[in-house]
Amino acid sequence: MTFGVPRWTLILAAVGALFIVLPIVGMTLRVDWSRFGALVTSEAAVAALLLSLRTAAMSTVLCLVFGVPMALALARSRFPGQRLVRAVVLLPLVLPPVVGGIALLSTFGRRGLLGETFEVLGIQIAFSTTAVVLAQTFVALPFLVLSVEATLRASGARFEAVAATLGATPGTVFRRVTLPLVLPGLVAGAVLAFARALGEFGATLTFAGSLQGVTRTLPLEIYLQRETDADAAVALALLLVAVALIVMVATHRPRGLS
Amino acid sequence: MTWARSVRVALGLAAASVVLAGCAGTAGATPGTDNAAGQGETLTVFAAASLTETFTELADRFEEANPGVTVALNFAGSADLVTQIREGAPADVFAAADRSNMVQLSRDGLVDGSPAVFATNTLMIAVPADNPARITSFADLAAPGVDVVVCAPQVPCGAALPALEAAAGVTLAPVSEENAVTDVLGKVTSGQADAGLVYVTDVASAGDSVLGIPVPEADQAVNEYPIAVVAGSERARLGASFARFVTGATGQNVLGAAGFGAP
Repeated sequence: MTFGVPRWTLILAAVGALFIVLPIVGMTLRVDWSRFGALVTSEAAVAALLLSLRTAAMSTVLCLVFGVPMALALARSRFPGQRLVRAVVLLPLVLPPVVGGIALLSTFGRRGLLGETFEVLGIQIAFSTTAVVLAQTFVALPFLVLSVEATLRASGARFEAVAATLGATPGTVFRRVTLPLVLPGLVAGAVLAFARALGEFGATLTFAGSLQGVTRTLPLEIYLQRETDADAAVALALLLVAVALIVMVATHRPRGLS
Repeated sequence: MTWARSVRVALGLAAASVVLAGCAGTAGATPGTDNAAGQGETLTVFAAASLTETFTELADRFEEANPGVTVALNFAGSADLVTQIREGAPADVFAAADRSNMVQLSRDGLVDGSPAVFATNTLMIAVPADNPARITSFADLAAPGVDVVVCAPQVPCGAALPALEAAAGVTLAPVSEENAVTDVLGKVTSGQADAGLVYVTDVASAGDSVLGIPVPEADQAVNEYPIAVVAGSERARLGASFARFVTGATGQNVLGAAGFGAP
């Protein structure tokens, strides 16, 4: 039972929910079920799905490795230009995907800012799966930072301060106090980052290219299938929606919900 | 908030959405109303992305030749345009970058009469201006370590590739199969790829940023551009007149200047 929620908000909420649900329903109604099984198990579809899952998982790990320290720095320390830094870190959220692709290209591309350095080191980024992971991490990182930072701020620094006065080193405080404290936000952020990485399209197309098994993720395969086989595109789109939904339902628990 | 008030809010919202829907409907119907009034007519032309420059110029010329007529252009990949027309987009004329997309549309009964081929295009090698991999021929593209980007077989610029490979006796191992010829060109102009296969017209419009290397066997894989009036168009006669304009002298001059071949 809900308490204290005005009825009119429920009506607006229902309209909002319908706005999201109806297009998905519309798409589902377009599915040619007699061919669905064959379409989503074709060699190209399976290769794209596996590549998507693999790259999104790698991107999520990268987001965790770099995003948690970033959130910590933003939430627990004070430095000049902090607000600007936060805005810049969140920029990929609002950038059109193709802009992200151009930005990555001018940095990690063969003629980009760091391209030659990587080439000297023998690291080939152009047209490789690495490029896909870079594109996905670029767009997914803000989701993790935002989620973990919000949790850190909400939980406050009281327990950490107590642990520190009791003699715990910063490393111990981070491991034994901070991490368990932000775990819900961390999981939520990681799930969002994974889902966002799974759906990445524009930056990958612009920056990484499109080759089966190497750079052609599920969104790129959907886009390509649309050229010739609308039924295949719809079937794969539903597959992508199903995967994203399963991941989110299975792991995403908003704070306060047990 | 009381129940009665929330009902009123809901009714208000419903009314607002009806009003909004009404606005959208009116806006969509405007060109048709103009037509009925006998005033200026708007002809909507859906054309393949590779025709952006030529058709923009041709639309201007057609408007000059037909006072009171406005040509509204919509450019996208041919397959996207087919999808849009199938979903009921108000197109009067469709100009595709290949036959197969036009065939798909006519199979759905959405083409009025038989399409006319108005231009041809052939593939060409495009390399970055400094040609880092020193490409001079089609066979060079198959050399190890050369990053070649092509169009996917599903799109018009990629559909012509197998025929070209067969004619040249060379099979490529591309590092990427792009969705559009513009994506191939982008990978070349940015220096990300060593070479790409694009249309002759793309090399012409890319200017100094790329170098074009002709492929002698390219005439074995000619891509044809058909134009047709969309079935059910309210301006079928005007549409047919635009199609004749494109296949006629003016159209052929403009297309030829951009590097398109004659049909």
